[in-house]
Amino acid sequence: MDMASILIAILFYFATLIFVVGLFYRINTYARTPAPLKIPTTPAPTTQTGVVLRMAREVVFFESLFKANLWTWAAGWLFHASLLLVLMRHLRYFTDPVWGWVELIQPFGMYAGITMLLGLCGLWARRLFVERIRYISTPSDHLMLLLLIGIAASGLVMKFLAHTDVIAVKNFFLGWMQLSVMPLPADFILYFHLLSVVALLAIFPISKLLHAPGVFFSPSRNQADNPREKRHIAPWATKLEK
Amino acid sequence: MADVAAPPYRTIPIIPALKPGSMEGVKSFVANNKINEALGFPGQLVDDWHDKAIAKMGELLTKYRSLKVYMDACVHCGACSDKCHYFIGTQDPKNMPVARQDLMRSVYRRYFTLPGKLLPKLVGARDLTRDVLDEWYTYFHQCSECRRCSVFCPYGIDTAEVTMAAREILDSVGYGQKYANEIIGKVHRIGNNLGLPGPALNDTLEGLEEDVKDATGIDVRFPIDVKGAEVLLITPSADFFAEPHIDSLIGYAKVFHATGTSWTLSSMASEAGNFGMFIGNYDQLRKIALRIREAALELGVKRIVVGECGHAWRVAYSFWNTLTGVGDGADETDRFAQMLQKQLDHRYKQPMHICEFTWDMIGRGALSFNKEANDKHIITFHDSCNVARGSRMGDFAGGQFEIPRNIIKAVANNFVEMSLETTREQTFCCGGGGGLLTDDLMDLRVKGALPRMEVLQQVVDEHGVNFMATICAICKAQFTKVMPIYGFDRRMVGGVHQLVSNAIILGDK
Repeated sequence: MDMASILIAILFYFATLIFVVGLFYRINTYARTPAPLKIPTTPAPTTQTGVVLRMAREVVFFESLFKANLWTWAAGWLFHASLLLVLMRHLRYFTDPVWGWVELIQPFGMYAGITMLLGLCGLWARRLFVERIRYISTPSDHLMLLLLIGIAASGLVMKFLAHTDVIAVKNFFLGWMQLSVMPLPADFILYFHLLSVVALLAIFPISKLLHAPGVFFSPSRNQADNPREKRHIAPWATKLEK
Repeated sequence: MADVAAPPYRTIPIIPALKPGSMEGVKSFVANNKINEALGFPGQLVDDWHDKAIAKMGELLTKYRSLKVYMDACVHCGACSDKCHYFIGTQDPKNMPVARQDLMRSVYRRYFTLPGKLLPKLVGARDLTRDVLDEWYTYFHQCSECRRCSVFCPYGIDTAEVTMAAREILDSVGYGQKYANEIIGKVHRIGNNLGLPGPALNDTLEGLEEDVKDATGIDVRFPIDVKGAEVLLITPSADFFAEPHIDSLIGYAKVFHATGTSWTLSSMASEAGNFGMFIGNYDQLRKIALRIREAALELGVKRIVVGECGHAWRVAYSFWNTLTGVGDGADETDRFAQMLQKQLDHRYKQPMHICEFTWDMIGRGALSFNKEANDKHIITFHDSCNVARGSRMGDFAGGQFEIPRNIIKAVANNFVEMSLETTREQTFCCGGGGGLLTDDLMDLRVKGALPRMEVLQQVVDEHGVNFMATICAICKAQFTKVMPIYGFDRRMVGGVHQLVSNAIILGDK
């Protein structure tokens, strides 16, 4: 067995561990931290069902961003929707036989790689050329976009230009899931693609990528507007009444 | 201060270019020892402010989910970056909501996250130095906590929550703001923000009864401390003597009179405003709100109605039930809240906004109006930020927009809307909210009013608007002061109940 395959397999175990444990830890912290006051941004839904719908519109359509800025919304939504398709398409490398619906979206998933790259480039262009956004950008903001652009571009290269041995890649991941290391094709672009994904998984729980779980815990979006009807009080605040 | 000039209107309201540092010299006065100590804060900046501030931040991160999530979730997308009236008016990039939050987020990253501890430069993390602390003081007192940015943030990040946390940290190390802390001291010492003592208040109310009698020939009462009254009215103390506020107070009294409602003010709770919210201090917020609970219990009232005041209505609507039990739906075992909730009449909303009260009475046919009395006015309505984005009226989301407008249309013939991007949930702050209504911030207040003044000018030019109604004591005070600088007549601003007062028919009901 070649060293590269072993190394990448091990790194994937580590990155997955960091991703899962880190994310679990974060979500647990958000869930345990009390929200002492009712602060939904109004007008807000008055019922829990309404809150679920508001959150769904936010997560699926990026409703607030749509109100804020059409260009950012277009690039951001294009990227995220494409990413979702691309991720779903990649399930084919982890399932045998491939699930029916994954087969079905295969053609869309392929072209989603291109739209994903377009979305990312749009977001990066904003960061580079719009004065306000450039002002608020940190080096990590740029690097994170570059990382995603690298992942998308290397994936596209393997799909459309320099094909890699996808059968071998699939065997590698099917083996990886059974804790056994199978050989990867010796392909620089593939290594780059996989190592970038490792990096992305590892930084997820310690970076702004936490916006993904964070949005569900945002009190201004996830609270029902019913403070007069139901008394809402945090445990630490109840103690003040004793 | 006297020679503050209004910035020019933008010919096309494009997003302004950045002028870094343009507002770094505008710093609200710092509170002195006496003011701080009266609230239990250190008198002046403590020696170990660094460690104390970081410890306080750590504490707040475990007490407020909002702060914790908002510190982590921002992706610097820039959706909020052109939404703040202070940024639009000043062009200082640190007045972009995301940049304002980053003043704190950079410190959060340095002390509370792994990448910030290891690679501060990479993720924009900074040590909490004295310069950073001063920067916090300056720019967290250039935010009016109006929440406009939170409307547009894809994660709902509310800069108001960050500003409140920053002010709470500053207070905890003895670096409080004079204006807000002095006022909170007055509420505790005297009973209201303006420091109006009981006897002066009684005199004012008697004077008002005479004025109304002279003007209408009818005995409209302004009762205070009446035990067993049905309604307790909690209103901002500006309503007792400031112009144009007082005209709305007369309006409330006429509505109560015309509907035969027994009501009372309270000398103990002669203030609806609650600056505890502005400084983000839960204890102060609660302590100030508890005066209303005490007054309600003592007077034995069945209903609590709140006058025209934006942040007070947010506190009343959103927080009173939590803080004091004024509301409904407390657990059977919740003795603290049940004690008051058993006394209140739950056929009515508790608390209720005076606009809800009046609109409800109009709906029941209990009020009649001579709409022509308002014909001299061509009216527009300025949504106050805390009402628009931090509260509700009526039974459906958005009632806080419809009910005041419905009242205006019921009492007047000429009503015009301002541009939709600047009203309702997207309304601009008046420029003086959130504890910034002080002369030492006049420059900021004038610049912050720019986006509202621009669209007001539009409806003045196109429709001849000569009256901007609003339901907030701070909006009224800010606009009467700032509008002359933009070339408007200060009397253009007034309350919704001022219009009600003009048109209401008394005596025959």
